[in-house]
Amino acid sequence: MESTITTNVATRKRKPSMSLRQGLSVLLLLALLLLIFWLGGKKHFGLRQYAQLIMDGLRAGAIYALIALGLVTIYNVTNVINFAQGAFVMLGAMITADLFAHQLLPFAPAVNLFAAAVFAILFTTAVGLFIERVVIAPVRDASPLTLIIITVGVYIVIQGLALLYWGTGALKLPAFSTFFTEATRDKVYRPFGVIIKGQSLWIWTTTALVMAVLYWFFNFTIYGKAFQASAINRTAARLMGISPSKMSLLAFVVAAAVGAVAGIVLAPVTSPTYDMGLKLGLKGFVAAIMGGLVSAPAAVIGGLLLGVVENVAAGVTKSGLKDIFAFIILILVLLYRPQGILSKAKETEKV
Amino acid sequence: MLLQIDRINTYYGHIQALKEVTLHVNPGEIVALVGANGAGKTTLLHTISGLLRARSGRILFQGQDITKARAAAIVRAGISHVPEHRQVFGTLSVYDNLLLGAYQRYRRDGRKAVQRDIEEIFDLFPRLRERKKQMAGTLSGGEQQMLAIGRGLMARPKLLLLDEPSLGLAPLIVRDLFQLIASLRDRGQTVLLVEQNARAALKLADRAYILETGRIVLEGNAHELLEDPRVQAAYLGGHALAA
Repeated sequence: MESTITTNVATRKRKPSMSLRQGLSVLLLLALLLLIFWLGGKKHFGLRQYAQLIMDGLRAGAIYALIALGLVTIYNVTNVINFAQGAFVMLGAMITADLFAHQLLPFAPAVNLFAAAVFAILFTTAVGLFIERVVIAPVRDASPLTLIIITVGVYIVIQGLALLYWGTGALKLPAFSTFFTEATRDKVYRPFGVIIKGQSLWIWTTTALVMAVLYWFFNFTIYGKAFQASAINRTAARLMGISPSKMSLLAFVVAAAVGAVAGIVLAPVTSPTYDMGLKLGLKGFVAAIMGGLVSAPAAVIGGLLLGVVENVAAGVTKSGLKDIFAFIILILVLLYRPQGILSKAKETEKV
Repeated sequence: MLLQIDRINTYYGHIQALKEVTLHVNPGEIVALVGANGAGKTTLLHTISGLLRARSGRILFQGQDITKARAAAIVRAGISHVPEHRQVFGTLSVYDNLLLGAYQRYRRDGRKAVQRDIEEIFDLFPRLRERKKQMAGTLSGGEQQMLAIGRGLMARPKLLLLDEPSLGLAPLIVRDLFQLIASLRDRGQTVLLVEQNARAALKLADRAYILETGRIVLEGNAHELLEDPRVQAAYLGGHALAA
């Protein structure tokens, strides 16, 4: 009862300033759009070029969304921002590409790819488990800053080991569509003149599938519900007999597996290297922040949006500037909408 | 004896919150734990349910030592703790909240048995059945308290710990709530009740303990304590002084 009263007071207070800020942000958005069209106009961009930029952005965005999902999952129950998330993506991509290149099984390439992918997911999940038990669990009550620094350290260690094992060269993984056709190059679809690679379809389908599985797990199984309960109120969850330590372990397992899957579908379009995880992890972090860091659906939208915005912005300017746009977004979001770009004004904390 | 606590001491860092607390709960009775704010009532419940650990002393439940057991193991042993401020899972449905109350026995007893128990809770609190799919955070304070108690009962506890169930509720709802707790006793449920509302708690309970700055200062038959001038002066609005 007390809490509803405080919320009412808070919204009443905020209302006038809200509309002013809303008006300003709409104006700002319009100005940005105009700027984009002006810059695009100088390059003689038509509708098709913009559609192409958006499509390519959605492909990168789907990967960011998967990484952000992993981050949010871990953050929700452990309050750890896992900067090693990018390492899971790298491991998924590198292990799959490496195993596939050796064609260890005497079967068709498609079977080899599948086996390599399964092994990569299992291995990465085991790494996630190991990290949680060995470096996160013993310092569970440490400050958020300490935990962040630990995950950065973990990332550096994994990247270092990857460098030792694989060297600096890029590995190669053929596009998945080539396993089902005679062609040696990826299939290309051209709806309305927009080029969509077959691998993009694989990426989108996989992302949708992973999201569906996670949705089912978190909302329709008792372990998923227990996980949510632990994120909502850790003390009350403990009183139900839900062990926070097991839920933390589960979070790392889910995040590692999802990260590995992202790396596997991404591998054919990027030529994976030992250091690919850093940038991806950071982009996933930006996406998660855009979604407010606690909501999985918002993180997915944040990821897609980030992919589109940075790709369009880079398209109308210089492609080398892509990463700069992502981090400008990060700074803007943190300054003006730290609760995420989707959520309404921050709710007052319950007493 | 169902629960036996033997001279426990609990600390928050260097601050001692419980001093040599000894109490027991017999099967089938309601024991009230009364005291002012900060007397250590909640600390005692947390120590029993494993959220806090006693630095010394022993807690026996059905003769089994649970002093150092984990919270999950204590739930499994048969103690269910309904926390202060209700603490329902606000963004989960009423149904899911009840389901999670049975988390510890879900695998052992199976989904069917748990669903049957949820129906039983709905019979006990028909209001919750109406709001089965609603998010728990949207319920009124009284309904949330019913849900919190229902969730606690879902563990099929041998001992139910209730922490300040009347806190922040309207007087009429408090009356219903205490009637409900009495009806739980009629069903054979053992309850350890922590309350600031001393009069209501003492009227309801069989036995009671009075806690003051971490120490048990008085104990005995609840109705006798209700008449005790010291209790009346300190907890029942000072009528004893006038008399």
